[in-house]
Amino acid sequence: MSMGNEQLEYALHLADNALILGQRLGEWCGHGPVLEQDIAMTNIALDYIGRARLLYQYAAGMCAPESTEDQLAFMRNEWEYRNVLLAEQPNGDFAQTVARQFYIEAFQIDYLKALQQSGDATFSAIAEKSIKETAYHFKWASEWVIRLGDGTDVSHRKMQDALETLWPYTGELFREAPYESWMRKNLNGPDLAALYTAWSARLQPVFTLAGLELPAGQWMQEGGKTGRHTEHMGYLLAEMQFMQRAYPGLEW
Amino acid sequence: MHQVTEENNSVLEVLDTVMDPEIPVLSILDLGIVRDVRVEDGKVYIAITPTYTGCPAMHLIEMEIRAAIAQLGQEAIVKTVLSPAWTTDWMREGAMKKLSQYGIAPPKRIAAMQHPVCGTPDPIACPLCASVNTEVISEFGSTACKALYRCRDCREPFDYFKCH
Repeated sequence: MSMGNEQLEYALHLADNALILGQRLGEWCGHGPVLEQDIAMTNIALDYIGRARLLYQYAAGMCAPESTEDQLAFMRNEWEYRNVLLAEQPNGDFAQTVARQFYIEAFQIDYLKALQQSGDATFSAIAEKSIKETAYHFKWASEWVIRLGDGTDVSHRKMQDALETLWPYTGELFREAPYESWMRKNLNGPDLAALYTAWSARLQPVFTLAGLELPAGQWMQEGGKTGRHTEHMGYLLAEMQFMQRAYPGLEW
Repeated sequence: MHQVTEENNSVLEVLDTVMDPEIPVLSILDLGIVRDVRVEDGKVYIAITPTYTGCPAMHLIEMEIRAAIAQLGQEAIVKTVLSPAWTTDWMREGAMKKLSQYGIAPPKRIAAMQHPVCGTPDPIACPLCASVNTEVISEFGSTACKALYRCRDCREPFDYFKCH
């Protein structure tokens, strides 16, 4: 697949974020700490996979007939994925999954509102559709950050550790890739740097209620948006892509 | 929204027999997911909208719409629209009663809620004993559109069709 079409790359960035995070959450299926939370995580995964499908369909339309929704989702190589590093980070323990979701959903709320105002009717409609779901996701993640942070000594320590571990991956959310700059300038896409204040403001009250400390580290990792991923990505793809690699064009 | 005319009245009647595969007491008209119905050049154009982006029932619903319209001897062209986004406020009044009788607590009208959607949960009446002495077990239930509740009086768990 050739790059250079910024709108396509932007669509893939959003689609990959949704698919990879959905895949990660789906890994909890049958392994959740309690049945209700197993169901909650797979419900959230389902929202993300649904979002990914809409975005891949849009992207596939831009590169038809060369590619299809399934080919874009399952037949690209690691360096062709445009998701943020945070989305691909392993589930770890339950606290780490909660931390990843918390950081991302806190960002999504204001990001999707901005995307809804963009000049691309499809991105705007998908954002509008996703906003309500995101409110429920953020509530779920926030409640668990509070419950674990304000829980036992062990749960408090695990929650704080998880938030620290993933902190260096949050900076990338606010760093513009070339296709995001293009989107902002040409189609009134979200201004990432401007979303930082709102994001911080969403984190702070939850940390306070949870009795947790906001990580202070300054060093931020980046690269996912331009295809330079962490070592975890290859393993994730190996599992996720297996069926389409082994049986190309497979349908249920 | 769709216009009820002589011409598409029979189409609407047929669409009212296409049920949500996950909540089989509700038709797609009850749910409010049919956004437009037009009959043009002998073809029936129907626009539907998903309740949730990941709703796995959409594909099946689309097939069932085509099959139902085929019974009228007509061809249905079904298209999915995303905007404006579906809300539980589009559900028919009659749907609320059907849900309740089926054992699912119906969503409140958003204007009638004491708290914002997805804020502090409003008191939800148990569909089995009508007590409002109930509690949330999880905001995510057996399908994307439902939350899991428990009644503190009759002690039964139940699904709540959450506001959206």
